Amino acid sequence: MSTSRSSLHPVVGLDVAAVRKDFPFFDSGIAYLDSANTSQRPRQVLDAMQEYFTRYNSNIHRGVYRTSMEATERYDATRRKVREFINARSLKEVIFTRNVTDAINLVAYSWGRTNVSEGDLIVLTVMEHHSNLVPWQMLAQEKGARIEYVDIDDAGELRMDQFHALLERKPKLVAFAQVSNTLGTITPYREMTAAAHEAGAVVLIDGAQGVQHVGVDVQEVGCDFYGFTGHKVLGPTGVGVLYGRRDLLEAMPPFEGGGDMIKAVFLDHTEYAELPMKFEAGTPAIAEVIGLGAAIDYLRDVGLDAIRAHELELTEYAMEALDEIEGLRLFGPAAARRAGVVSFDVEGIHPHDLATILDRHDVCLRAGHNCAMPLMHRLDVAALARASFFLYTTREEIDRLVVGLHDAKRIFA
Amino acid sequence: MAVDDQFYREFILDHYKNPRNFGRLEDASVSHEEYNPLCGDLVGMDFRIADGVIEDVRFHGRGCAISQASASLMTERLKGMSLEDARQISKEDVLEDLGIEISPARLKCALLTLKVLKVGAYGLAGDEEDDE
Repeated sequence: MSTSRSSLHPVVGLDVAAVRKDFPFFDSGIAYLDSANTSQRPRQVLDAMQEYFTRYNSNIHRGVYRTSMEATERYDATRRKVREFINARSLKEVIFTRNVTDAINLVAYSWGRTNVSEGDLIVLTVMEHHSNLVPWQMLAQEKGARIEYVDIDDAGELRMDQFHALLERKPKLVAFAQVSNTLGTITPYREMTAAAHEAGAVVLIDGAQGVQHVGVDVQEVGCDFYGFTGHKVLGPTGVGVLYGRRDLLEAMPPFEGGGDMIKAVFLDHTEYAELPMKFEAGTPAIAEVIGLGAAIDYLRDVGLDAIRAHELELTEYAMEALDEIEGLRLFGPAAARRAGVVSFDVEGIHPHDLATILDRHDVCLRAGHNCAMPLMHRLDVAALARASFFLYTTREEIDRLVVGLHDAKRIFA
Repeated sequence: MAVDDQFYREFILDHYKNPRNFGRLEDASVSHEEYNPLCGDLVGMDFRIADGVIEDVRFHGRGCAISQASASLMTERLKGMSLEDARQISKEDVLEDLGIEISPARLKCALLTLKVLKVGAYGLAGDEEDDE
């Protein structure tokens, strides 16, 4: 439920009213229930980015003048914060990417093209986000590798019997989400990683929905790769993180070539930079990386345990309230076994129509396939509506969701 | 609080709940399906075409009220129409049939059927609706 480090501290209640004051977005009066899609950003993040743009805007790792050095220092500071946040051994194991999609593609291209060959097996799950599915399909197609998918049970939890059976076929790679973006299911990622390693597989965990809710200690979990994205953890869009085990990253060829990723360039060959720069070609999203640093500071100040407790309370409240609506079906496991994500449908009303009506009530809700079309097919639904919560979400916002749903039912009655 | 009765006008809801020409054609000359890439909604159409005229048309699929009502309305428009005339059906025609203001986010729902018609019946690329 929480990392070994933070669970040493007692859970302190979260002052949601105080938290919300840090988020200018809420001045709009909109009920925002779409944080699994993208989170809101606190003033601290916006200020950090604004300060870069207005006071020391310069490129990094190049200039010898002071503003460039400050930009470099602040950029590198985020790498230290990320290392601590996920407890990586070394700064060399923290690569900045554009988002999780980019992180997974980096692994699929660089590690995958080097290590996966014809007939090899890749194990995924049916509830993966497209970002942890399509890159592997592309790799498998190119290499003639096979993909097998772990199914879910009726509660929306992974079929571990199937998972273990697939491991007996010695997959090269096992990749799965720490938390399902649609069902909210917290997968048994520790147990899965250990079992996959025993079977000799490399393990990638998609932490897009996990790192900000349940946290991660990559050393304790032992995964080989872990990705998360800035814009879902109170940070800006355009920046994500790939954690990779150092020995694997060292052996991998670069993903993209260009500036910043080189040690020396000659007309007939290039010597690549050391980690992590080997994987960070071109001028990065400097302001965004600095903003991500402020976001991690914010999350750590509030505390992941407090956030998790708050979300659990809200999830229970929401599931209870939604369950009382006739014709509404909830998907996924019990509140305690999921992050703050609740997907549902309402008989006779397509989720798009729900979301349009809720929009007129100033309630933001995700509706559609949630970038998990295979899961929609598995659940035999065209689409789902999804409400998701974060540290700033209130019961009042969930009440407004319920009111809007009743109005939708009235219109479609 | 009640909002937005204008958006979901009665006849849209009627087409959604009681879709016209819903189902499959056993003897279709052309069948085509398209997914809305944003939400996974599906509209498929079967056409029976003879002498350049759409003799019969059915649609199937699953999706929101807008996409399904739009498909239902389209089948009514198409039945008995010459392919030449059907080719002239425009985005504006579809939106006029729906008769409601469609937000940019929902435009793809409204125009999915038109894409099925263009790609299916004419083999057009169907890209032109994608620029919205």
